[in-house]
Amino acid sequence: MLNTSIFHKEGTRLRITLPKEMDHHSAEEIRAGADHILETELIQQIIFDFSNTEFMDSSGIGMVLGRYKKIQFMGGNVSLEGTSDRIRRILEMGGVYQMIMKEEKGR
Amino acid sequence: MREEHHMKLEMESRSENEGFARTVIASFLLRMNPTVEEMNDVKTAVSEAVTNSIIHGYENEVHKIVISADILDDCITVTVEDFGKGIPDIEKAMEPMYTTSPALERSGMGFSFMEAFMDELHVTSSVGKGTAVRMKKKIRREKAGNGIYSSVD
Ligand SMILES: Nc1ncnc2c1ncn2[C@@H]1O[C@H](COP(=O)(O)OP(=O)(O)O)[C@@H](O)[C@H]1O
Ligand SMILES: [Mg+2]
Repeated sequence: MLNTSIFHKEGTRLRITLPKEMDHHSAEEIRAGADHILETELIQQIIFDFSNTEFMDSSGIGMVLGRYKKIQFMGGNVSLEGTSDRIRRILEMGGVYQMIMKEEKGR
Repeated sequence: MREEHHMKLEMESRSENEGFARTVIASFLLRMNPTVEEMNDVKTAVSEAVTNSIIHGYENEVHKIVISADILDDCITVTVEDFGKGIPDIEKAMEPMYTTSPALERSGMGFSFMEAFMDELHVTSSVGKGTAVRMKKKIRREKAGNGIYSSVD
């Protein structure tokens, strides 16, 4: 069953409220849940909401980029919300912003 | 007087233990009165090393991971060790964005994060025997009022 405290569908948007600790352990659950929704419903935008996230390591980068590649392939996009300075730094070091911006410019 | 502390933890390579390892290291580090940033740096580095042992060293089988940490004056040294697969080419493995597990959505940034967030990083590994990652960081020891303890009397 999908965890409704993590996944919220708003029309064709999927809001993913990331957990307090975004590591390899929690990334697995989010990857499985998000991909199930992407495969069964029409989703055009994923919003990653980091408001509750106090910790993230490089597993979070793989999880975000993995979903990004999937939705981008289907013509959708992603946005990132509620990022703290620390989370932004981690995302930046992992090249997440570069990746997302580059694709947007190329449209 | 010199300040010396030592801890050692043996745990199973289950992904739930990634958070457990971070919590243990964080409470050990607290006695150095680190800043929030220093605390996050050490937690991130340890999380990367433990995750690597779980997914690469043991390929998700449950075996033993040993974490030890030493505080000597204003430095903390943490070692994360597994007895798994080992790394054939350490230099290559440490390159940013290099990963042998793209299918597992690894970003290849683990070693880069350990390097960025700690002052020193030493990796020793032997194929078929295992891997040890030793990391060291100087903690600035915030004056009273600036560290994590600031809210504690
Ligand atoms: N403990 C380990 N045992 C075996 N191989 C490892 C270990 N740690 C790292 N590696 C190897 O080094 C590579 C790079 O590690 P890292 O920078 O953390 O990136 P990632 O974990 O995203 O692949 C891994 O893909 C793996 O091949
Ligand atoms: Mg890694």
